[in-house]
Amino acid sequence: MTDTSAAARPKRPKSSSPLLAIWAQFRSHKGAVFGLCVLGFMLVAVVIGPWLWVPEKLSVAQAIKLKNQGPSLRFPLGTDQLGRDMLARMLLAGRISLAVGMVAMTIAIVFGTLIGVLAGYFRRLDGPLMRLADMFLALPLIPLLLVMVMLFRDKIAGLIGPELGAFALIVFAIGVTSWMATARIVRGEVLTLKEREYVLAARSIGVRPNRIILRHILPNVVSPVMVAATLGVAEAIITESVLSFLGLGFPPDFPTWGRLLYDGLQYMQVYPERVIWPGLAISLTVLSVNYIGDGLRDALDPRIRGR
Amino acid sequence: MFTYTLRRLLLAVPILLVISLVIFLLVDLAPGSPMSEIPLTVPPDVRQKMIEALGADQPVFVRYLLWLKQFFWIEPMTLFDHWFGTSIVEGQQRILSWQSRSPVFTIIGQRIPQTLTVVGTAYLVGILIALPIGIYSAYRQYSFFDQLGTLFAMIGFSVPTFFSGTLFIIIFAVWLGWLPTKYDTMLEVTDWSSFMQQVKQMALPVMTLGLANAATISRYMRSSMLDNMQMDYVRTARAKGMREKTVVLRHVLRNSLIPVVTVIALGIPSIFGGAIITENLFGVNGIGAALIGAIHANDLPMVQTLAFIFAVLIVLFNLIADILYGLLDPRIRYD
Repeated sequence: MTDTSAAARPKRPKSSSPLLAIWAQFRSHKGAVFGLCVLGFMLVAVVIGPWLWVPEKLSVAQAIKLKNQGPSLRFPLGTDQLGRDMLARMLLAGRISLAVGMVAMTIAIVFGTLIGVLAGYFRRLDGPLMRLADMFLALPLIPLLLVMVMLFRDKIAGLIGPELGAFALIVFAIGVTSWMATARIVRGEVLTLKEREYVLAARSIGVRPNRIILRHILPNVVSPVMVAATLGVAEAIITESVLSFLGLGFPPDFPTWGRLLYDGLQYMQVYPERVIWPGLAISLTVLSVNYIGDGLRDALDPRIRGR
Repeated sequence: MFTYTLRRLLLAVPILLVISLVIFLLVDLAPGSPMSEIPLTVPPDVRQKMIEALGADQPVFVRYLLWLKQFFWIEPMTLFDHWFGTSIVEGQQRILSWQSRSPVFTIIGQRIPQTLTVVGTAYLVGILIALPIGIYSAYRQYSFFDQLGTLFAMIGFSVPTFFSGTLFIIIFAVWLGWLPTKYDTMLEVTDWSSFMQQVKQMALPVMTLGLANAATISRYMRSSMLDNMQMDYVRTARAKGMREKTVVLRHVLRNSLIPVVTVIALGIPSIFGGAIITENLFGVNGIGAALIGAIHANDLPMVQTLAFIFAVLIVLFNLIADILYGLLDPRIRYD
């Protein structure tokens, strides 16, 4: 039997597991594969790069002599106005930028899924929670984020130190202002899922709501949440770089790509590469993350996967 | 339709009130208030007088209610007085900026034309680029042009405007030297040469914002066209022997524009938010630049008012989009 069915449809070999089928569909999306490669390269570079590429310690006099250097073997991306090695700074900045994206996305997804499940499953909470989401959607985000960072930065920096303070504040601010899309998607999914027979069956044998949610509902909302999460990383990276770009992001000795771009702006006319490198890094990361999200959406959708 | 509009308008009131409270409290209760910025060398009685002069010694809810009254009653009525020469609210206190001690709305009135010229033109240019791309991509789905359009949209989504703007400055202003890097707000258009100068200085910001907008809108246009191309009425129109041009441009395009128009309406407030970056980059002296300036100067009334205006715009255009949808599409009934 298996032989004939395989012979009848030679183009699509029956995969042994759903994960493999998803992977096969994902691989057929050229952009997604490109995105995965680029993002993988970026991740490896920023995670192990700062250990492999340790710039030599320069004395102050040396650094002043070596400031504003062009690309060379010693400094592959040149040096900045203080004689710091640009490659090392790019790698370090990428680490922080990507970390901000991931952590902010995690906060947004956890928050969004929680609110979505509560609103979808418990009818009494639906109205208030969705009005809350509407209200958050009507808030002007960029101005509010700017105000939040401006007003709370010094206070939080006093509590847990300037670097960690800036990181926590920005990640938290981005996270709590970008959960609404996830909450809406999850609520919609939960509303249809909870009317399914298997949920009804579970409820009829007396399974508690929290158990139904954990065992039967959450596993079924994983795929839309994953797509939302991928796109959320891209959005968080852009939002953070906007804040840094407007001068309200991370302190200069704790750079992100957005911050490097902001620092490079003053020297744009003479050393344009100092703007181009961080900008290119942000754009490539966001582009590849968006492509991965696109591919994931196709791969996780069983209606498209079958074709 | 009328009752629906009325109901939505009434619903918008509590939402706006809650948002105004959130914005007011967030800005007001934050630790970094301007009172802490007064130098310690200032004697306490002088300090007290400074705080009183700013009206900052009142309890929070008194200031909130006063601000609401100023925003919703005194400011519109001032405009009314100005237009019709009446004196309904003459002598009543308006919202004053702490930076310049002049009314916030006067400053906004001075700044808004700059924003509208640049951002409005950019949005129009974006729409004009996006519609043909979307239509042709959908008409020739999976063709070379469509693939190119998809790539263009993907890049438009992903490249943040501050980077594309910087790239444009480097290419067109620094390397080629065709266009100026900064926007000159003082330029007055009086004759042909100053008009050309205005066009030149608007080119870079308009291009930056326009391309970002075009990417989004062209995607919506494409998918909406694709949905409609499958419809039975298209087959009917073709079967009647209509020319391809008539089918696509009269039948399909009209129906596909319905969701696109609402998307365009929904995008308008986010344009003002996004324009903050572009205004900052090119030195356009609009309301985005005013907001950044006010944030850096801890000018609370200005920040609160501007942030709330952005929120009002979002709620208003959401409402407009919903009503437009009902007006344009007779199948939608809100009853």
